[in-house]
Amino acid sequence: MANEHEAANMAHDAGAVAAEAAGHAAESAGMPQLDFSTFGNQIFWLLVTLVVIYWVLSRIALPRIAAVLADRQGTIAGDLAAAEDYKLKAKDAEAAYEKALADARAQAQKIVGEARAEIQKELDVATAKADAEISARAAESEARITEIRAGALEAVEAVARDTAAEIVSTLGGKADASALAEAVGARLKG
Amino acid sequence: MSEASGEGLMFHPMDQFIVKPLFGEGPVHWYTPTNASLWMVLGVVGIILMLVVGTRGRAIVPSRGQSVAELAYGFIHKMVEDVAGKDGLKFFPYIFTLFLFIVFSNFLGLLPKAFTPTSHIAVTAVLAVLVFVTVTVVGFVKNGASFLSLFWVSSAPLALRPVLALIEVISYFVRPVSHSIRLAGNMMAGHAVIKVFAAFAPLILMSGIGIVVTPLSILAITAMYGLEILVAFIQAYVFTILTCVYLRDALHPHH
Amino acid sequence: MEGDIVQMGAYIGAGLACMGMGGAAVGVGNVAGNFLSGALRNPSAAAGQTATLFIGIAFAEALGIFSFLVALLLMFAV
Repeated sequence: MANEHEAANMAHDAGAVAAEAAGHAAESAGMPQLDFSTFGNQIFWLLVTLVVIYWVLSRIALPRIAAVLADRQGTIAGDLAAAEDYKLKAKDAEAAYEKALADARAQAQKIVGEARAEIQKELDVATAKADAEISARAAESEARITEIRAGALEAVEAVARDTAAEIVSTLGGKADASALAEAVGARLKG
Repeated sequence: MSEASGEGLMFHPMDQFIVKPLFGEGPVHWYTPTNASLWMVLGVVGIILMLVVGTRGRAIVPSRGQSVAELAYGFIHKMVEDVAGKDGLKFFPYIFTLFLFIVFSNFLGLLPKAFTPTSHIAVTAVLAVLVFVTVTVVGFVKNGASFLSLFWVSSAPLALRPVLALIEVISYFVRPVSHSIRLAGNMMAGHAVIKVFAAFAPLILMSGIGIVVTPLSILAITAMYGLEILVAFIQAYVFTILTCVYLRDALHPHH
Repeated sequence: MEGDIVQMGAYIGAGLACMGMGGAAVGVGNVAGNFLSGALRNPSAAAGQTATLFIGIAFAEALGIFSFLVALLLMFAV
C-alpha cells in the first residue's frame, strides 16, 4: 500500500514513474524473497552452482572417496585374513609343541623305567650274592659252633673223669682208669 | 512500510536478504554477479576444499580433512541406502549434491555479513521442483502406469479409496511447496529473528534503558545463533532425507 | 486513514498468525517426547528410528514455519 501511496502522490506521468517507484519500494521494503526481478539471476546462478558441484562430485570426489573406502575395506579384509592365517599357524605350532612335549615326556618315562629295571636287576644280583655269602658264613659259623660244642662236651667228659677220679681217690678208693671212663661215659649219656 | 523500518529499528530485519549486484549499482540481470551468486560460489569453493583438496592424500589412514569428507560421504550414502533402497544408490551423486549445496549455504550464511542463498524461495523452489520432477519422471519410467498405484491405497476399504486417492494426489503435489518453504522459511526465520535482536543491541548508546536491553539482546542473539547452527544442519538433513523418501516412493510405489 | 486501518488489520493478522507457531512447538515437543518415551522402553530399536524422528519433526515444524511466513507476508508484503 505504501507503493500505491507513493505512486499516487507523485502523480506525474503515470506509467514509467509509477512502475519504477513500485520496483524501488519492493526492493527497499517488503520481502526481498518476493522480489521477482532477482529470481532469474538466482535461478541461473543456482543451476550453474549445482552443475559445477555435480560435475566435481561425480568426476573427481566421489570416485576418489569410493576408491579410498574400497581400498581401506580391502586392506582391512586382507589384514583380517592374514591375522586368521597367523592364528591358525600359531595353533599348529602350539599343537606341534604339545606333541613334542608329550613325546619327550614319554621318552623320559621310558628311560626312567629302563633305568629302574636295570637297577632292580643289579640289586637282585647283589642281593642274591649277599644272601649266598650270608648263608655260607652262617653255615661256617654253625659248623664252628658245632665243633666248639663238641670240643666243650669232650672237655666236660675229661673234667668229669678227672673230677670223678679225684673224688674216688679222696674217698680212698683205687680208681681204675678204664672203669671210671666207662662209668662217666654212661652217666653223661644217661 | 517505511514507518516500520524507520522508527523502531536501526535497520530493517529483511534487509539482509536483498539481492544486490556485487559491483556497483544497477538492475539485476540474470547474469549479474550478485551477493547471492558470490555466496553460492563460495559454497562451491568450500565443497571443493572439503571433498577434493581434503582427500588428495588418498590415505588408507585418513587425515583430518579426509575423514571429514569420508564422514559426509558415508552419512549420505548410508541414508540413501537405508531410506531409498539399494537401487536408489544410482541417485547418490545427485542427492549428495543437494545436501552439500544446502549444508554449505546454510553454514556459510551464518557468518556475519554473509548472504544465505537457501533463505530465498526462488532457490529452494528450484531445488524442490528439481526433486519433484526427478521423482515423478523416475517413478513413471521405472513403473510405468503402475506408478499411479501410489495414490490408490489398496489396504483401505473400497469406499474410502477414492477419497484417499484425492488426498494422496493433493499431498503429492503439495510436496514441492512444503519441501521448499520449509527450508527457506527456517533459514529466513532464524536470520530475521537474529536481526531483530541485533537491532536492539546498540540501544545502550541512545538511552538509559539500554543498560538492560543490550545485554539481554546480545544474550538472545547468542542463543539464537546456537539454535541456528543446529537448524542449519537439521534442515539440510531433512531436505535430503525427504528427497530419499520421495525417491523410495518413486522406486517402490506399492505400499 | 483507510490505509492505516488496513495496516492495523495486517499487523493484528500477523500477531494472530504467530499463534500457529505455538501449535508447531507443541507438535514438535509431542513428537520428540513420544520418541524419547518409546526409546527408553526399547533403546535398541531407537537408533534405527532417528530418521523417522527427524521427518516427523520436520513435518510438524513446517506448519509453524508456514504460519510464521503468513505473519511475515502480512507484515512486509501486503
